[in-house]
Order: sequence, then C-alpha cells, then structure tokens
Amino acid sequence: MTITTPEVDHQPFDIERIRRDFPILKREIGDRQLVYLDNAATSQRPVQVLAEMTRFYRDHNANIHRGVHTLSVEATDLYEEARRKIARFVNARRAEEIIFTRNTTESINLVAHGWGRKFLEAGDEVVISEIEHHSNIVPWQMLRDERGIVLKYIPMQPDGTLDLEAARNIIGPKTKLLAITAMSNALGTIVPLDVLVPMAKEHGAKVLVDGAQSVPHLPVDVQALDVDFLAFSAHKMLGPTGMGALWARYEILDAMNPFMGGGDMILTVTMERSTWADVPAKFEAGTPNVGGAVGFGVAVDYLSALGMDAVRAHEVELTDYALRRLGDVPGVTIFGPPSAEERGGVISFELEGVHPHDVGQVLDTHGVAVRTGHHCAQPVMAALTVPATARASFYLYNTPEEVDRLAVALEEVARFFGGA
Amino acid sequence: MNDPLKTGGSGLLDELYREIILDHYRRPRNHDPLKTPTCSADGANPLCGDTIHLEVGLDDHTIEDIAFAGAGCSISQASASMMTEYVKGRTVEEARKGAEAFQQMMTTGETQDLEGFDDIDALQGVSKFPARVKCASLAWKTLEQALEGGGVASTEEGETSHD
Repeated sequence: MTITTPEVDHQPFDIERIRRDFPILKREIGDRQLVYLDNAATSQRPVQVLAEMTRFYRDHNANIHRGVHTLSVEATDLYEEARRKIARFVNARRAEEIIFTRNTTESINLVAHGWGRKFLEAGDEVVISEIEHHSNIVPWQMLRDERGIVLKYIPMQPDGTLDLEAARNIIGPKTKLLAITAMSNALGTIVPLDVLVPMAKEHGAKVLVDGAQSVPHLPVDVQALDVDFLAFSAHKMLGPTGMGALWARYEILDAMNPFMGGGDMILTVTMERSTWADVPAKFEAGTPNVGGAVGFGVAVDYLSALGMDAVRAHEVELTDYALRRLGDVPGVTIFGPPSAEERGGVISFELEGVHPHDVGQVLDTHGVAVRTGHHCAQPVMAALTVPATARASFYLYNTPEEVDRLAVALEEVARFFGGA
Repeated sequence: MNDPLKTGGSGLLDELYREIILDHYRRPRNHDPLKTPTCSADGANPLCGDTIHLEVGLDDHTIEDIAFAGAGCSISQASASMMTEYVKGRTVEEARKGAEAFQQMMTTGETQDLEGFDDIDALQGVSKFPARVKCASLAWKTLEQALEGGGVASTEEGETSHD
C-alpha cells in the first residue's frame, strides 16, 4: 500500500512547471491576478498533495491501528509511511523519532510538558531569544510561572541578527535547554545554529529548534545539526493545515512523560492505573489526522523531488532581487539582515507615513497578499520600536515579476496616501 | 457576493478610503492636548497596535472640549478625529447616542440619519471590511470608557493572531 510519489521532475528548477502545480496562483482578486506573498504564514498546496489526500479519503479511509479489516490496515500503512517520509526528510535516525502533532506550537508545548515538567527544576535556566515567535516564548513563560525555572533571552541587534557575544555569557552551566528558532518569522534572520548549538552542548544543555520557518525553506539534517528537538508545521511547507511534527532523539522521547492521555497512547489500562505505549504512540493520544499525515508525506516528496538546495537557491535569488527592488521604492525601510544569504525569503518593511494595515489593504486591491501586524513576535516589534510591519514572504513558486508587482503597488500606496 | 472568487478590487478601495477620511487622517482635528481635562481614557486595538488617548473637558453634562492623540492606521485615526468633531459641544447623552449609531452603522453597513453625522457616514464602507471595523470603532469605545470615568478600553479580550 503506497500513496503515489508525485510526478515531479522539474529539474532543473522550472518555475513555470512548478506554478502549474498550484492552481490557486491563477486566482484573481478583483480583476488582478493573485500575487501570494504570505508564505511565512502558510504556503499553498500543489495538486499532488490535494489529489493524494482526496484519494486517501476516497479509497482507503479508516481509523488506524489495531484494525483487522483491510481498510484499517491500509490506512495504518499510509500513516506510518508518511512518518517514514518525514523522518527521511530531516534525516532522523529512525522513523519513531517523528511525533505527529497539529503544528509547531503543539510540538513545542509537547516538549515543555513532556520533557520540561519532568526534567526541569526551580532555578534551571531555559535560554531563548528576542526574535522568537510567541509559540517559542509563551510555553516557557508558563513553565517558568509553574516551576520557577529562569527564562533568559539572547538579545537581538539592530540589524535583526542575534548578539552572539551576549549569547556566550547567557548560556552557562545552569542552562538546561536552548530553545531557539532557526529562522525568524518576522525578519527572516537565519540563526547561526552552528555557533549556538556548541555553546549549549558545552554545558550539557539540550537544544530545541523551532523549525517552522526553516524546515520549509532550507535543507535540514538533524544529525548534522546535533540538536535534540526540532518542531515544524506541514502547512508552511506545501502540506495541510492541522498537521505538524516534532522530531526528537529516541532516547529522550523514551524518557519523557506523555503529553495528553487517552486512546492509542496506552499499553494497558485498569481501573487503578495505566501504562504507556512505546514511542511514538505514547505521544499520539486519540485518533490522529491520518489524511493530514498522508498530505504531509506527499508535500515532503514534492520538496525532495525539487531538492531543498534548489529551493533555497531560488529563494536567495528572489530575495536578493526583492531587497534591491523594494529598497528603491521611495519611503520604504526594510528591517532585518542586509543580505539575502543571511535571511530566508522574508522581507519585513514599513512605508513612511502609512500604517502597515493601510499598506496591506491597498496592496490587496492590487491582488498582492502580504501580512501586516506584529507577526506574533511582539518583542521584535518592541526592539525595532514599530507597532507593526508589513511582511512579504516568498516560496518556491514566486517570481521576480511578482516582486515587481509588489514594488509597483507600493508606489501606488505611497501616491494614494501622499500629502500626509 | 455571488461569485466568491470575484471579491476585492479597487472600487471597494475607494469606498473604504473616502476622501474625507484621508483628509481627517492627514489633518486630524482636536489634536492638541487639553489644559484641564475632567476625564480621560486610553484605547488600544491589540491586534493592529492602534492606540488612542482621549481627553474630555466636561461642563455639567456637556462635552465642552475634547482632544485625542494616537498612533495607528488611517481608519482608526480618522475615525477619532471625526468623533471628536461630532461630540464637541454635545451632551453626554447625545454622545452616547452617537456611539450607538456608529455601532449600528458598523453592523448594518447603513448610514445613520443623525444630524452632524455626515463626515462619519463616510466610514460606512468600513463595514465591508470586517478586519477594519475594530479600527474604526476604537475611538467610540474609548469615548464611552472616558465618559464612564476613564481607564483602558480594548477592542480585544485576548490575542488571536496566527502568523
């Protein structure tokens, strides 16, 4: 029983063929063709993912595990096959190291509950950074308030990069966990894990990486990174919403407490007590999102077929062009690292004299979809001393022509609100 | 909306950003702080970061003077400017009626038959943009807060952003 590996042979990276796989890109907003530049919030899905999810529900749907009937066996096989695909995608040692969750947020909360509550004590230090998404801040603040752990932040520098010298002083013998993003969702900053991870390991700390933005856009190898946890979401990498994953070292997962209790996560249940199932079932209580897992598996097939190096190269080229093109628009200030090599395909900016919400609203009438607001990263906004920014974020299907559409529309916005 | 795939467009934009709104945004009225306010309130729209500080000078039941300061999108700031123009010189009771009428307009999308509401009626188009209704309503919520004795008005109970 297999779900077909999608027929993706767009080598070398063929943008026109890729775009044909995403029918939504032909959508019109008013009378303009959509320019979708909100990929850091969620990506679009190719027809291959949609087709295989439909095929699952049409031909194989059943609840998984312990079923003796054919459909249940097929659905279980497909669910576990998806786990193997995702394990290969991040180069996990074994498929059981992948726990299916709803999203990155749930993956991080799973670690805070299952590992943090079991292994952290009052006075232990968890180090995060000022550029984290709220999903990698709030769970640790909650654990701090509950357990008396100490939460420390690696500060951001004015260009959106982390202060690595400060990090060297913040990460120390009391550090039990470094929980850090690999790429800022608000600024695109790529965090130098090769520098930070050894600092934590030197003190025997565990390392959790928030890969929500990095896993969809950069090649990832958990063994080479030498980290302990990696959290990521399917919907930002061509897969369905409501689907995410946590990768962690098997021995750590084995030692952790379960996250939620219920069906599928137990070995035995009596009226008095229960015992836990093995990893990964221990962490997957209740009927999981089987169709979502199937879609997630096809999404990583699609990315693997293109090659993550090619995806990254395309985005560097596009981001480099966008930094120059948008930088030429009068009144535009771009936040974050200056070069495309130091950032993902995320450009946060402001237009002088025009509030980001007004920018976003007018861009929408040009068919250009960007996100405006604090991007769930209020500490970043505070450090930049702006209430909000507008953010354009790219993916493998975006083109230089779309960057031009954004730039021209921004010039229109400036004219529209001119005279302020 | 007959065809859900045919929404948006620049016609709607002109409906949202009427010239009078942009005028209030560019040249906000009643923008200088009062010397002796009798009550004040702060309003915030956490999702957008819009803020409004409102100062009211009450004489008995009449709003003798009013001023606002703030930061935010054109809709939130223009609405505040228009609100101050409307309530200045009116009674507290009339101001509360104005707030009700405004809420009604945001809900129904229909202009209100209220004397002196002409500029404010230009915000009627906001009702077609659910994400912006909170921006337009902030000034009126802050006014109600000030008239109730001050404090902090918020358009949100908590944060619900997803990005």
